[in-house]
Amino acid sequence: MAAHLKKRVYEEFSKVSQVTLEEVPAKKLRLTKPSKSAALHIDLCKASSPTDALQHLLNFARKPVEAESVEGVVRILLEHYYKESDNSVRLKIASLLGLLSKTQGFSPDCVVDDAINTLNSEKSNQVLAQLLDTLLIIGSQLPDKIAVIQRLIDVACKHLSSTYFGVRNKCLQLLGCLGTVDKPLSKETDTGPGAQTSPVRDVQSVISDFFQDQDPRVRTAAIKAMLQLHERGMKIQQTIYNQACKLLSDDYEQVRSAAVQMVWVLSQLYPESIVPIPSSNEEIRLVDDSFGKICHMVSDGSWVVRVQAAKLLGSMHQVSPHFLEQTLDKKLMSDLRRKRTAHERAKELYASGEFSSGRRWADDAPKEKVDTSGVNLIDSGACGAFVHGLEDEMYEVRISAVEALCSLAQSSPSFAEKCLDFLVDMFNDEIEEVRLQSIHVLRQISTHITLREDQLDTVLAVLEDSSRDIREALHELLCYTNVSTKDCIQLALVELLKNLTKYPTDRNSVWKCLKFLGARHPTLVLPIVPELLSTHPYFDTPEPDMDDPAYIAVLVLVFNAAKSCPTMPALFSDHTFRHYAYLRDSLSHLVPHLRLPGRKQTAGSGLEVSGVGSGSLESAQNFLQDSLIRVSALHNLETPGAQDLLEFTIRDLQRLGELQTELAGSADFCATYLHCQLLLTKALQEKLWTMAVPLCLKQNAKVSTAARQILDETYKLEFLYSGLETQQIATIHNVRLQAKALQLILTARSKQGVDRVLGVCEKFLQDVESFQRLFMIELPHFQDSFVEKLLELMPRLTACKPLDLVKILQTTLRQSRFIHLKLPEQIHRASATIIEPTGESDNPLKFTSGLVVALDIDATLEHVQDPQTTVKVQVLYPDGQSHIIHPKPGDFRTPGPGRVRLITQVYLSHSAWTEACQIEVRLLLAYSSSSSKQSVSKPAWNESMDGLPSSESCIEGTIHLSKPVKVFIMPKPTRR
Amino acid sequence: MPEIRVTPLGAGQDVGRSCILVSIGGKNIMLDCGMHMGYNDDRRFPDFSYITQNGRLTEFLDCVIISHFHLDHCGALPYMSEMVGYDGPIYMTHPTKAICPILLEDFRKITVDKKGETNFFTSQMIKDCMKKVVPLNLHQTVQVDEELEIKAYYAGHVLGAAMVQIKVGSESVVYTGDYNMTPDRHLGAAWIDKCRPDLLISESTYATTIRDSKRCRERDFLKKVHETVERGGKVLIPVFALGRAQELCILLETFWERMNLKAPIYFSTGLTEKANHYYKLFITWTNQKIRKTFVQRNMFEFKHIKAFDRSYADNPGPMVVFATPGMLHAGQSLLIFKKWAGNEKNMVIMPGYCVQGTVGHKILNGQKKLEMEGRATLDVKLQVEYMSFSAHADAKGIMQLIRMAEPRNMLLVHGEAKKMEFLKDKIEQEFSISCYMPANGETTSIVTNPSVPVDISLNLLKREMALGGPLPDAKRPRTMHGTLIMKDDSLRLVSPEQALKELGLSEHQLRFTCRVLLHDPHSDTDTLGRIYTHLKSCTISKQRQGPAEGKLRQGELKGN
Repeated sequence: MAAHLKKRVYEEFSKVSQVTLEEVPAKKLRLTKPSKSAALHIDLCKASSPTDALQHLLNFARKPVEAESVEGVVRILLEHYYKESDNSVRLKIASLLGLLSKTQGFSPDCVVDDAINTLNSEKSNQVLAQLLDTLLIIGSQLPDKIAVIQRLIDVACKHLSSTYFGVRNKCLQLLGCLGTVDKPLSKETDTGPGAQTSPVRDVQSVISDFFQDQDPRVRTAAIKAMLQLHERGMKIQQTIYNQACKLLSDDYEQVRSAAVQMVWVLSQLYPESIVPIPSSNEEIRLVDDSFGKICHMVSDGSWVVRVQAAKLLGSMHQVSPHFLEQTLDKKLMSDLRRKRTAHERAKELYASGEFSSGRRWADDAPKEKVDTSGVNLIDSGACGAFVHGLEDEMYEVRISAVEALCSLAQSSPSFAEKCLDFLVDMFNDEIEEVRLQSIHVLRQISTHITLREDQLDTVLAVLEDSSRDIREALHELLCYTNVSTKDCIQLALVELLKNLTKYPTDRNSVWKCLKFLGARHPTLVLPIVPELLSTHPYFDTPEPDMDDPAYIAVLVLVFNAAKSCPTMPALFSDHTFRHYAYLRDSLSHLVPHLRLPGRKQTAGSGLEVSGVGSGSLESAQNFLQDSLIRVSALHNLETPGAQDLLEFTIRDLQRLGELQTELAGSADFCATYLHCQLLLTKALQEKLWTMAVPLCLKQNAKVSTAARQILDETYKLEFLYSGLETQQIATIHNVRLQAKALQLILTARSKQGVDRVLGVCEKFLQDVESFQRLFMIELPHFQDSFVEKLLELMPRLTACKPLDLVKILQTTLRQSRFIHLKLPEQIHRASATIIEPTGESDNPLKFTSGLVVALDIDATLEHVQDPQTTVKVQVLYPDGQSHIIHPKPGDFRTPGPGRVRLITQVYLSHSAWTEACQIEVRLLLAYSSSSSKQSVSKPAWNESMDGLPSSESCIEGTIHLSKPVKVFIMPKPTRR
Repeated sequence: MPEIRVTPLGAGQDVGRSCILVSIGGKNIMLDCGMHMGYNDDRRFPDFSYITQNGRLTEFLDCVIISHFHLDHCGALPYMSEMVGYDGPIYMTHPTKAICPILLEDFRKITVDKKGETNFFTSQMIKDCMKKVVPLNLHQTVQVDEELEIKAYYAGHVLGAAMVQIKVGSESVVYTGDYNMTPDRHLGAAWIDKCRPDLLISESTYATTIRDSKRCRERDFLKKVHETVERGGKVLIPVFALGRAQELCILLETFWERMNLKAPIYFSTGLTEKANHYYKLFITWTNQKIRKTFVQRNMFEFKHIKAFDRSYADNPGPMVVFATPGMLHAGQSLLIFKKWAGNEKNMVIMPGYCVQGTVGHKILNGQKKLEMEGRATLDVKLQVEYMSFSAHADAKGIMQLIRMAEPRNMLLVHGEAKKMEFLKDKIEQEFSISCYMPANGETTSIVTNPSVPVDISLNLLKREMALGGPLPDAKRPRTMHGTLIMKDDSLRLVSPEQALKELGLSEHQLRFTCRVLLHDPHSDTDTLGRIYTHLKSCTISKQRQGPAEGKLRQGELKGN
């Protein structure tokens, strides 16, 4: 009886709880709506002093307002506005009006009239400016209401004659954001005090009038408004070009900075139109003229302007090569004689073959005498702009100059050739960022250039840099570099080997670099092969040590060169062939397959593999498709043989993934998915379903592990693979729901209390709902599926008792069809390899217990999206303690697209051990199931973000991303 | 007309003993007070008797400004202030004030103790002189007296080098001292705002040179040092104690740091340690990199550079040594040079200019056998390199500064006459401003057109505004009606009514009449009507009250 009563109570309780769930949001709305405005009203009425009122307004601004109640609030605010005599309060009200009209779902038409009215009666200039700002916001909320916009523009024009700069600023801003060029302004413009001569004026000419305003802030605003017009796609007339150029020599830096942008915009709009050069009767293209002017700004007094000018130069690709090349020429002159630059001299010395000789005293002695009148010291504009930019005091300027050089050089090979010397010089900058940037830039333009020996020499000198980033960037650069002579190859090799001995950790990077170097220059490597391998025509030379990284480096270079140079293997000695076979196996990513004469067995096996590798991408693809089709023919997995087929297909796919790296992602994905299905089917076929509840504890365990595993796999499917479409994600979620249903049933069967099941049921129903919300569009693809059936039954499910729900689920699970996976175009599996520590070391890392030891971790990540936030390092101690460490965002570097390098330090610590033991280090991928689901729409009231709870069904977890690496450590007891 | 008068006592068409007298708005200012390195007689110091034949200078000078601590800019200071006599203020920046006495003391020691000169200033005099110094901060406006104000700008030549703006009323002069427009390893570039002075007095050491990128030089320098050290050779770099030496030290220090090199670097001089201390202190005067990183590590706290001891010269293995003096004519640098000259693995790098006759000059010209004192000869087998590190603005830099400051006139000092001539032409041609280059003792007058401030009554201004045209034109000159009252020392512009009231005068109206005789066949009224309509038709704004006047005339016409 008691039990029965208890049950009833629970049922009652459950009903109540469901009712509240439904009603809570509705109630909330009803409650808040009147309270917001009313409370504000009361507050404002109560406020005794302006400061009080201001305080209330400020507090009010911190809370969000619903769209429905905005209008009421606006009315109240306006009412107070009319009554208020204090400027600051009125100002705040005006700004609140603007904020409120930004509320989503509220149409601010109704505010326009009032705002304009208040504008007409307002006396304080500051409030006026704020009101105009509000109007601007309103106007930008209503982009398609032409009448309103026209009114706003008229208002703005009227206030343009204000004496207060802020008002003029805002007017110009409004014109820029809302004005249109094609349509002339209405006649009302002329009501301003200054009677304008032309009756019809467009926005552009009105704005350009203010280029000569007395206040620099207004001048800036005018230019910005013009730029705004341009950004909105209006056509700006060329007529303002001269005015803009004049503003380049303005006294104020913000004006100059805006003017530089203006000139740049014009140069992009009218590159080919012709402008006269003042003081002569020549004419040049506008883009050339503006290029010269912007170059001039690179030596401006303010570094902000310099940065901007340098940046913009990079995007002026239409400039003629003649002007472009001037930027690198400072017109050297010494005692009235033209002097060659050091670069020119280096080139000449190199050409005449006397490069190695040092420079002599008074070597600078200039040769030809320049015509005094011909030497133009500054006016030549573009002249030496980049020389100045690269020598600038501020590294911001230098970096942007380097970037600009890069983008210009990419579009002009001849310029690339010229700027090479300067970029190479930047390798010696005092700030590491600049050095790194210039190395990257050189890599980007390396397709256009071939390095001369002296240049290569300078480049290689940087290999000794102590910064790892710099060295690796340089290796990357060398991978893409063309060099001219065999001496260069030798030089590069020598320097790289030197690097290797000095910094042994660079091993992989150096080998990779040599691989590309060899593959790129087979003909240059050929003549130096005997020297490199130290072979001798008559004598046998001692066999080098196979484990020597330097020797491996040489071999990598030679083998890669030999790949496209069939004559080279003839020069190899016997042990070289042996070493080839060894390296081909151990370092197959560095050593290519070679056709070696008389080496049938190695060549044969190599051929087989490579044959499969090269020609079969298409066939592999077909195979993948075929197996998927075959599987999709299955309708019911419970038919005999179906499971076998699944198992075989999974095996095939896994093998395919191993063989064909291009398809690895897709194949793995499919295999995992099928595996889930298989597990599910097997779980459903267990006997336990027919058994009585108390008997099935053992089976229960088996099925629950299966359910657990399926869940894990679905998370992997969703978060480990990139390039998924929504349909696939929906499919995965379907499987996950199935797994959850399975878990639910199990819980219901094993646990006796209804209260526990109740919570799980609710959670499950929420999941189903969120599925429906997220994948509404995809639902047609899910005919006969578990989810579809579930959604059909949804009304019943929400109403029924937990035990009924469990029953329904059980039947649906068994009836539902298995959904076939449609393969998306490109799937990549996120993966990571830990390069360092290697896990081979036998020497334990010793440290005093209680203190920390830093472990260097070096790993490459592939196809990981947003690694900064998702990738974590896990350290697992032998006692089962596990630490998860978040690497700093700065530890992630991106050497190439889709590839990320993680170089970080992990701090280890533990109490004392009696002997050394291994810990495991691995990388994890953290996910939260909510993050992918909802693109959180930001509320208009930014301040109110903190109060919001994070979305309701947020599941956090981690997936193993890499294989664990074992590290031997030994915390020693502290010595006393 | 008011004018600015400039007379160089030194550095007029010459390099050395910079000393320039400027008279501006009734104030006399002395810019720099240097000595000449080339002379050992009276010509060493500027000729102060130009200012006054007898007695002290205090009453003739309002202030003295020193641009930086190099001796050719401050060497004659104790002589002038203590021996000739000057008690007024001496302005210099904080780093200059700190380092200047060290150099003066060193200079005094060499002249008095080594050369045995008498009648020279003493240590006490240097101390007394420094007591008169008023320190300046960058961009700080200092009121020397009620009318004269000065303001320092960054010049980037050496630590604490400044350009000075001198302003009296609306007239102003900018004196650059020595400056550098390209930043180097430890200092930034010179900078000045668009102050539009009436006169810009600029140095012009490199008037005819446009230098190529400093990066080439640096790279060459580092490469040579690096190669020699790798080879196991020793590198000797003779330098002067202050200025370039610090730049080269930083250059090598960072390079060592970057490349992980282990070879020792030594610096041989006691003087520099004191000076280095000041470099560490005055971080705000250095460049961006040093300023940003000094919290982690002060760049002047050299990790790799240690003090040199004479015995180190014989140590085996590679090393780099900075030694004074810079021209290898005496002292430690010559000593080390003699020791190392015989080995071809070694190298000497001359980072600056060498005067004829010094060992430095000889070896730079390729001499392989040197005669030493006592008939001994020295075989020069080591490598000799020359590399110019100099911190003066080149022609392009000078032009850039002119563009930054936009002066109305230009005056060149501190350079050779021939080179100045060339630059003068260029400046006149490109900026169309007049440019002067007076010789020592020659006076240049520049006529200025100072604006005279006038107080205007607010009412008048408001009335004009109400009348006036559109506001965007407000920058242009505009004519207005008012009465100028010059009373006591002030000038005021007020409305006529107020002026009348203030002066207690009543308004007088002048009427001009003239008689015109008309021979018209029409009747009187008819004629009148016609005249009236005609007048009305050609009415312009001045004759607004035309109809009324017409009536007046009508009356008069009637009378006739």
